[in-house]
Amino acid sequence: MDFYFGLAQIIGVHTLIGLSAYIVLLTGQVSLAQAGFFAVGAYVAGMLTVLAGWAILPALAASAVLGAVVACAVGFPALRVKGLMLVIVTLAFGEGVRLFFFNFDYQVAKGGVKLGPLGSEGFRQIRYFPENGWTTMDVMLFIWVFVTLAMALLWWFDRSRYGAVLRAVGEDELAAQSVGLNLTAVKVSAMTIGGAIAGLGGGIYAHYTTHIEHASFGILLATFALAYPILGGLGSVFGTLLAAMFVQGFLVEGLRFLGDWRNLLFGALIVLAMNVRPKGFLDAPTLLGLKRLFGGKSGAA
Amino acid sequence: MALLELKAVSRHFGGVRAVDGLDLSVEQGQVFGLLGPNGSGKRTTVNLVSGLFPLSSGSVTFQGNSLDGLATHLRLQTGIARTFQNIRLFGQLSVWQNLWVAQNSPQDRARHGFFARWLGGQSGAREEILPLLEFSGLAHKQDELASNLSFGEQRRLELARAMATRPKLLLLDEPAAGMNSEEVGQLRERILSLRGSGVTILLVEHVMELVMGVTDCIAVLNFGQKIAEGTPAEIQANPAVRKAYLGGETA
Repeated sequence: MDFYFGLAQIIGVHTLIGLSAYIVLLTGQVSLAQAGFFAVGAYVAGMLTVLAGWAILPALAASAVLGAVVACAVGFPALRVKGLMLVIVTLAFGEGVRLFFFNFDYQVAKGGVKLGPLGSEGFRQIRYFPENGWTTMDVMLFIWVFVTLAMALLWWFDRSRYGAVLRAVGEDELAAQSVGLNLTAVKVSAMTIGGAIAGLGGGIYAHYTTHIEHASFGILLATFALAYPILGGLGSVFGTLLAAMFVQGFLVEGLRFLGDWRNLLFGALIVLAMNVRPKGFLDAPTLLGLKRLFGGKSGAA
Repeated sequence: MALLELKAVSRHFGGVRAVDGLDLSVEQGQVFGLLGPNGSGKRTTVNLVSGLFPLSSGSVTFQGNSLDGLATHLRLQTGIARTFQNIRLFGQLSVWQNLWVAQNSPQDRARHGFFARWLGGQSGAREEILPLLEFSGLAHKQDELASNLSFGEQRRLELARAMATRPKLLLLDEPAAGMNSEEVGQLRERILSLRGSGVTILLVEHVMELVMGVTDCIAVLNFGQKIAEGTPAEIQANPAVRKAYLGGETA
């Protein structure tokens, strides 16, 4: 059973980083910086529980806040450029963060053992969960509480004017400007919220793996973060959840019996999925259809 | 004092003088027509007023305040809204949402608190949006995606979206392009009803039937310069205008 709980943990954390890219993608921005915010969150939360002796909740809060602050600071200059330029700028930021942690040593002796980040060796012994006797199931449930909260927040945004504004900016910046929307404020706010979710996800990730290192936060993670919302469709937050389950549950774990063929099939299945559903699993027309099918009340009611 | 005043406005694109020393003054409550052959600088003028790109020289004042250097989204808050010739709706948003996102006027800011304005649901905006849906005849399609509307419906929605920003001055960039004569007739009724409600309109249009029927005053541009200004009847009789449009014999 622990295997499935462990898988659920992975899916949960990947859903969080997917959601952090989802809200940024709504505004039409393709950001490869999410892995950077995730890394910041991971190191901050780990250092707070291990070195400063904080409890898990305040440490996670701190990683979310710091993720948001960094995202906001990156957002102002980065969002002046668009499209491929933004991809390059955010990629550079993400690599910058990774290389920072590659060179980051901050070890403190605790009870005769030196603890803390040690450059390329990474940061070992983030043992808050085992030390406090949490079982795999406890940790899994803990993770999914945050996934549910993040999804609820973004789902609420989608029902509000703010959500419509994010999508409006993503569709047509010129038109959005000419109905009085401040593009910078909208894009930076999305980036900040995305940074908070990524930072939170990183903080959780550091604690369930107990060992983090710079290599985990590279371009591959940034690509996964983008792949979930794109594969899942930008129509709804549930698309990102579905895609994280599909990729981590089915493609990565479910096809493990195929051995080396899995890697080949992995790419092919994603290409196939995008061909069958070019706008993702849950796009706007599909959702409208589902809403009508289930006789949901119309939007304005 | 005029509502909108352009003084010696120029805009150059490299060596091309798209607008060249233009003076224009639009009075409160007017429907002001802007005519001219293709490439005469009409659309550039609209873009300069709405703030899409900066002036090369000259000044634009609105209600006595200079608009120089003011970003597009801030111009909207002073009361300038626009539509586009090639309709620019938010296609994957519903009709309702298209109107909802446009509620950025100072009145809307004053009416609702920050959280209600941004994070509130659709019910909070019902009172303001229902009249707009009725104005555009789209009440029965409020949940439809904008991209699924017919061409005429999209034009109506774009006009309603501009009205949702509660403009004092509305810039209409070829609102009748691609419409049949019945739709042009309906558009004319809408423009007149907007004027009746006190909105000043700057209309760029090629469809003469519409321009001659609704405008109070017309300016004609050619090569970025104003070649004539007057009432529709005066413009129709003006030889310089005929020459610019029809080419032909030199004076």
